[in-house]
Amino acid sequence: MNSVHDMGGMHGLGPVAPEADESVFHHAWEGRMHAINIASPTRSNIDAGRHRRERIPGPDYLRMTYYEKWYAGAVEGLLTHGLVTPDELASGKAAPGAPKATPRLSADMVEGALGARGSYLREVASKPMFLVGDAVRARNLNPLGHTRLPRYVRGRLGVIEAARGAHVFPDSNAHGLGEDPHHLYAVRFTARELWGEAADPRDSVCLDLWEPYLERA
Amino acid sequence: MALRVKALESLLVEKGLVDPAALDAIVDHFEHKVGPRNGARVVARAWTDPAYKARLMEDATSAIAELGYAGGQGDHMVVVENTPKVHNLVVCTLCSCYPWPVLGLPPVWYKSSPYRSRAVIDPRGVLQEFGTELPPETEVMVWDSTAEIRYLVLPERPAGTEGLDEAALAGMVTRNGMIGTARL
Repeated sequence: MNSVHDMGGMHGLGPVAPEADESVFHHAWEGRMHAINIASPTRSNIDAGRHRRERIPGPDYLRMTYYEKWYAGAVEGLLTHGLVTPDELASGKAAPGAPKATPRLSADMVEGALGARGSYLREVASKPMFLVGDAVRARNLNPLGHTRLPRYVRGRLGVIEAARGAHVFPDSNAHGLGEDPHHLYAVRFTARELWGEAADPRDSVCLDLWEPYLERA
Repeated sequence: MALRVKALESLLVEKGLVDPAALDAIVDHFEHKVGPRNGARVVARAWTDPAYKARLMEDATSAIAELGYAGGQGDHMVVVENTPKVHNLVVCTLCSCYPWPVLGLPPVWYKSSPYRSRAVIDPRGVLQEFGTELPPETEVMVWDSTAEIRYLVLPERPAGTEGLDEAALAGMVTRNGMIGTARL
């Protein structure tokens, strides 16, 4: 979806403001929020989680801090999955007679779970359509749903820099439509192709893009 | 927000959806067990051990796991090497993807709209604001983390460090050096 989360190339969002000696969390609640997200039963699908945050209305998205967005995304996910009700959220108390679940993660499982090596690589029957060095064009796609094809490369010419194997396809997975894996490539675009003749001729941007985002140029 | 998150946590605990001790352990993990020191060890090893560097460039996920670092947001690692010819810079324009096992959680500026919007269109301007000047012949390659590939920049080893051992070298490697907003 073409919302404000897709902000590559925008102007006017202010200066980059690094802090000296920044702490991991700025407030205790940020650490709790981060932990709730990781421990939450809705954690299983990373793409759905991203889509919940990018559906936050644009004006709110720009105003909110990172962990405020995570709070909004978590609440949305818990409601969507029917794990909590709006009344429970409002009162902070479980509804009388609500079933009691067993947490997905206990304290002694945390280090193992956080250190476990996962994978988004999948076996697919199809051969990769492109080889390293092939010229490709990013398709001009404007789906209403989740996509990881940023606006700033749509319609632009690039070159396959590396083949990454077949990966879970976010455009499908985010919507609960299955993993639908596709070949993934690092695609390099020159800064001039993306931003015009005023851009520095020495520079490039490389993105990881799935095959359905690309066509042969 | 503190009250709202507290209310959410107590509701989830009451419903058996999260274990508060697990939340404590997760916070502890991100505050104390992961961080740029992990990535700095990877970089220092690559500088001092050519065979390790070769494995790191070939299959970064496995080479990083050799040092004991693995997990979510580091499932598919790629290391990009700075040279006199190319300077690499990492961003996630669509959200805030970042290699947690080697760098910990990202700083606020990395997650902010200004960095996410400008790193791809004005990388040299952003570098300048970090006080980073590049030699005139150096190309900038920006890596936008749009999939589950996570990037770690291998900075150039500073001149005059030939006599230093791995631990001393690791002490010179900064987080920003491994994101690419700084040179060492």
